[in-house]
Amino acid sequence: MIPGTFDYHRPTTVESAVALLLQLGEDARPLAGGHSLIPLMKTRLAAPEHLVDLGAIEGLHRVERIGDDVVIGAMTTQHSVINSSLLADLVPILRETALVIADPQIRYKGTIGGNCANGDPGNDMPALMQCLGASYTLTGTGGNRQVSARDFYLGAYETALAPGEILTEIRIPIPPTGHGYGYEKLKRKVGDYATAAAAVVITMAAGTCTSASIGLTNVSETPLWAAEAARILVGSTLDVATVDAAVAAAEAITTPASDMRGPAEYRTKMAGVMLRRALGRARVRATV
Amino acid sequence: MTKSHIKVTINGKTVEALVEPRTLLIHFLREQQNLTGAHIGCDTGHCGACTVDMDEMSVKSCMTFAVQAHGASITTIEGVANADGTLSALQEGFRMMHGLQCGYCTPGMILRAHRLLQENPNPTEDEIRNGIAGNLCRCTGYVNIVKAIQYAAAKINGTPFQEAAE
Repeated sequence: MIPGTFDYHRPTTVESAVALLLQLGEDARPLAGGHSLIPLMKTRLAAPEHLVDLGAIEGLHRVERIGDDVVIGAMTTQHSVINSSLLADLVPILRETALVIADPQIRYKGTIGGNCANGDPGNDMPALMQCLGASYTLTGTGGNRQVSARDFYLGAYETALAPGEILTEIRIPIPPTGHGYGYEKLKRKVGDYATAAAAVVITMAAGTCTSASIGLTNVSETPLWAAEAARILVGSTLDVATVDAAVAAAEAITTPASDMRGPAEYRTKMAGVMLRRALGRARVRATV
Repeated sequence: MTKSHIKVTINGKTVEALVEPRTLLIHFLREQQNLTGAHIGCDTGHCGACTVDMDEMSVKSCMTFAVQAHGASITTIEGVANADGTLSALQEGFRMMHGLQCGYCTPGMILRAHRLLQENPNPTEDEIRNGIAGNLCRCTGYVNIVKAIQYAAAKINGTPFQEAAE
């Protein structure tokens, strides 16, 4: 399969990339790892006339701590996320999530920024970013603006990105020391998108849950931040009745499609099961 | 549509070429460079038969444009043998452990295993299986491929290879 023809651009600064995208308009697409876009181009479901490759831009491939946040450049690959000792120490759920994305080859090329910016409901990072309360730095010709991951997703492949804007970095507030976490993903095989998946971060004190946040993957047109389910958990000992109520609250906000991964009812139930398992692991990992 | 000039190092040799931006790396390697070792299997990024090593990454060359390889260093199956022409440890492992039957997945398997052993010289069986999760083989059932990689790891590390009991 051979894609349609296009012109290739390889800017070296964010400013020139943004200017190019704005100038070329709807016929241009930014290219990050390419492992979502190139398959679409090969099947001619996408036929951009211009590709603006972000791969040569300095400074978009980085992971650093800035104050109480970790900041991840958009072109940081899943492979780099997995191998970052800084992230393993401060936000270990990122590694756990990246490891269940696609396969090793795709993780070498696939980027965290592409995963978050594409708006594909099957991508794993968006629900995790909602769970973590991350914000995205969107860069346009007028400079930067910050948009919360919880406000970024408007529909399938529809995001808050304006024409000409690029998602350039992800800022994640560092979860408290001793937090518990878990990302659980049901998939039919390596490389598949989730039938359903859940991201959980909690803190515990003296056996009581003091904070909780939950994200759900691929059970709606957008990732879901399950605020009500998390609220039910806080203040409890995570006893059976409370967890049952939280799982029911999470299932209630899902609106999955029936597809080759299963009927909608099944996928909703699997979202609940993934939440239960992720919460179980988070509880074991939380200190106190 | 204008052609792009690229400069790529392939198996230690620097080549310059004009390519259409839409030319996939696998087509560039096979059709312009006559390096037909990397195979086109599924052509959809699932099977890994097209895997090559690019700047210390295992890359599916059917999902990468040749223009993206500008400035990169690439190794294909044609470049993995020892300098004196003898088989590399991995090639020898696949031969000795019967790690191939039809051979179609083998170039991708060997290039992927090459990078895996660079990053993790002494992998467990589980790490090997996860490491080659992006490469499909429809003949062997993977058992002998895992053994082949274990054989190569032992040879590279200078440790004895003990074939696991069936």
